[in-house]
Amino acid sequence: MIVELGHFALIVAFVVAILQTVVPMYGASRRDGALMALAGPASVAQFLLIALSFGALTYAFVVSDFSLKLVVENSHTAKPMLYKVAGVWGNHEGSLLLWVLCLSLFGACVHWFGDNLPKTLKARVLSVQASIGVAFLAFMLWTSNPFLRLASPPMNGNDLNPLLQDPGLAFHPPFLYLGYVGLSMAFSFAIAALIEGRVDAAWGRWVRPWTLAAWVFLTIGIAMGSCWAYYELGWGGFWFWDPVENASFMPWLIATALIHSAIVVEKRESLKAWTVLLAILAFGFSLVGTFIVRSGVLTSVHAFATDPQRGMFILAILAVFIGGAMALFAVRAGALEAKGVFAAVSRESALVLNNLLLTVAAFVVFIGTIWPLVAEIVWGRALSVGAPFFDAAFTPFMVVLALVLPIGSAMPWKRAELGRVVRPFRAAFALSVALMLLVYALQTGRSALGPVGVGLSAWVVIGAGMDVWMRTGRGAIGGRFGRLMRLPRADWGRAVAHAGLGITMFGIASMTAWVTEDIRVVKDGETYALGPYEVTLVGVGEVEGPNYTALRADLQVKRDGVEVARLYPEKRDYPVAGMGTTEAAIRQGVADDLYLVIGDPQEGGGWAVRSYIKPFANWLWGGVLIMSLGGFLSLSDRRYRVAAAAARRGVGVPAE
Amino acid sequence: MAVALALVLLATPTLAVRPDEMLANPALEARARELSQGLRCLVCRNENIDDSDAGLARDLRLLVRERLVAGDSDEAAMAFIVDRYGEYVLLSPTLSGSNLLLWLAGPLMLLGGGVIAWVTVRQRAGQPEVAPLSAEDQARLAEMGRDGV
Repeated sequence: MIVELGHFALIVAFVVAILQTVVPMYGASRRDGALMALAGPASVAQFLLIALSFGALTYAFVVSDFSLKLVVENSHTAKPMLYKVAGVWGNHEGSLLLWVLCLSLFGACVHWFGDNLPKTLKARVLSVQASIGVAFLAFMLWTSNPFLRLASPPMNGNDLNPLLQDPGLAFHPPFLYLGYVGLSMAFSFAIAALIEGRVDAAWGRWVRPWTLAAWVFLTIGIAMGSCWAYYELGWGGFWFWDPVENASFMPWLIATALIHSAIVVEKRESLKAWTVLLAILAFGFSLVGTFIVRSGVLTSVHAFATDPQRGMFILAILAVFIGGAMALFAVRAGALEAKGVFAAVSRESALVLNNLLLTVAAFVVFIGTIWPLVAEIVWGRALSVGAPFFDAAFTPFMVVLALVLPIGSAMPWKRAELGRVVRPFRAAFALSVALMLLVYALQTGRSALGPVGVGLSAWVVIGAGMDVWMRTGRGAIGGRFGRLMRLPRADWGRAVAHAGLGITMFGIASMTAWVTEDIRVVKDGETYALGPYEVTLVGVGEVEGPNYTALRADLQVKRDGVEVARLYPEKRDYPVAGMGTTEAAIRQGVADDLYLVIGDPQEGGGWAVRSYIKPFANWLWGGVLIMSLGGFLSLSDRRYRVAAAAARRGVGVPAE
Repeated sequence: MAVALALVLLATPTLAVRPDEMLANPALEARARELSQGLRCLVCRNENIDDSDAGLARDLRLLVRERLVAGDSDEAAMAFIVDRYGEYVLLSPTLSGSNLLLWLAGPLMLLGGGVIAWVTVRQRAGQPEVAPLSAEDQARLAEMGRDGV
């Protein structure tokens, strides 16, 4: 009964979404207040209906209702509760439901927080947002319905893929989707602005925080996936340049460009057409990602839907929305005239450079991702594009980005004198180069990645520190510290996010350049040396989990004769799912991670053991967290809250 | 989810490079590892043979080591494998023919985008500092004046 209710709610939501698409758009063109006002309540109704539907599906998973096909395929009674709930979105149909839930949530947010928006703009935004909902709800109802029943329910389910039964992954999709789908908001605003033929500071003031919020979620979501890969896959890799990873990375790069160019729209009323284009591209890449993940076109084997019908449906959605948006852009972009002028050397130009580098980097990832497909179709060449290509073709853009970042963020608006901007950075640059040389001298005969990474990240982090310090003006140290504390949160947010980027770069470079690896056969009681540590295999025993059995090794790690860690890596077997997983045991540290994996028993006794020392691994995740913290800080800036408060009082937001 | 599901296929419950297949000569073994990271496991998805647990990946790893022990240079060993398995095994596409387009796409786009951005910025810099107010804005300004704001 509850399941049918959920199914019904989904169908009603589809109808509401159609109404919300058509009526407010028509109302806005006729300047009819009553028709436009329908958009708000409709968006809330759509959200509540989809939430009800989502709740019903979650209920079916929680009580293990095996009359539902989806539950049978992705759950089991013995599975821990956390993963029963996470199983809702651990599959194609359920994850789509989460997708449209996020979409309708963002729509409802426009209504809840958008009192200060011009009436026609708000109506058009909600209409465009609902049209995306219509497309995806239709996709769900016709090709991927999560509420299909089975005629003869089995006694138990097939269990969720054991690799997905992990806390990191349980929360990875909601974050990722809030990010992906959050970009739909920027898209809807871009389309509405093109229809209106007007982009102003108020538009930028709306789009920027919401894109920033989506960006923060996307950042955290990607980091969670990467972190999971690090500890779950058994050898400590954290990025594989897999098409599906790239699918989440491309929108991230474009969204990063967008939050920067939206600043120019908001503060200087310039780069309007470009920002609108980026907003379309950001969501476009989200849709491309959805297509890659769910169509199976780029991959012969796939865990998600490989149904060609589904692929065609998403391709059609992609063609209609992005093709339509581009056509609209071509016709209307000319109407978006810029107001603020700026010199060739200025903060605006620096942000243009940032946008250029990020966008081209995203396209490099895009071309690399689809190249095997292109080569096969056009030239009949079967080839692969893997990590070595992306490392070589993508990294240079990030190196240049890091080099210009501190200077760029110190540039004044409108007109700058390069010499004067660069002068205070001479010491910082010298220090970074010195650090680079020091690292080069310390490491002998290793790749250049380490020293370059250290130099660049030091440069970015010191630059971020100088960014806030230079904003305190001149005068006594005490007064400057006081002003430092009173700087707007947006200034802090920018510096913190940039510092986070530098720290992430350091983590990536050091983890890649200085990893220590050891693969060997170890017998019970045997001790081996691993860098500065001695590791002893105390024994291997069997343990029983809720829905798995495991071999667990007991490894003692000593340094200078003192025990520093006792680690228990496992090799699990999930009988229902018919799969195994490796659970690496990791001693996390500030300077390095000790990463131990137990493998197969060997002929002639002993166990295959893989051990790694991953230097500064935590700096990578820490850096990403700091980056998102910067986003949060910027979001919490007083100016946005003032804007929100002003909106409640019914006063328009003054454009700066 | 995206990332997760991609990696489900990459994940292997057992170890990739096994102790028994490693070469005693550390210099040769290091070269073999290096080469392995550029070779694709043919039955996996976007995974190099060094990380893969598939039987075919193991065969390839052993083949790489065999060639190196036989005295092949890195290039000769790679050429030997590409001859037998096709360019599909190369994770880094060769710099030849249509692939040039792939490698040059980034630099070309940067150049093109850079030129467009430069021209646009220069043009804009030449424009008058303050854009004249539109009729609508002037009307709004006049109204504000009347309200005494």
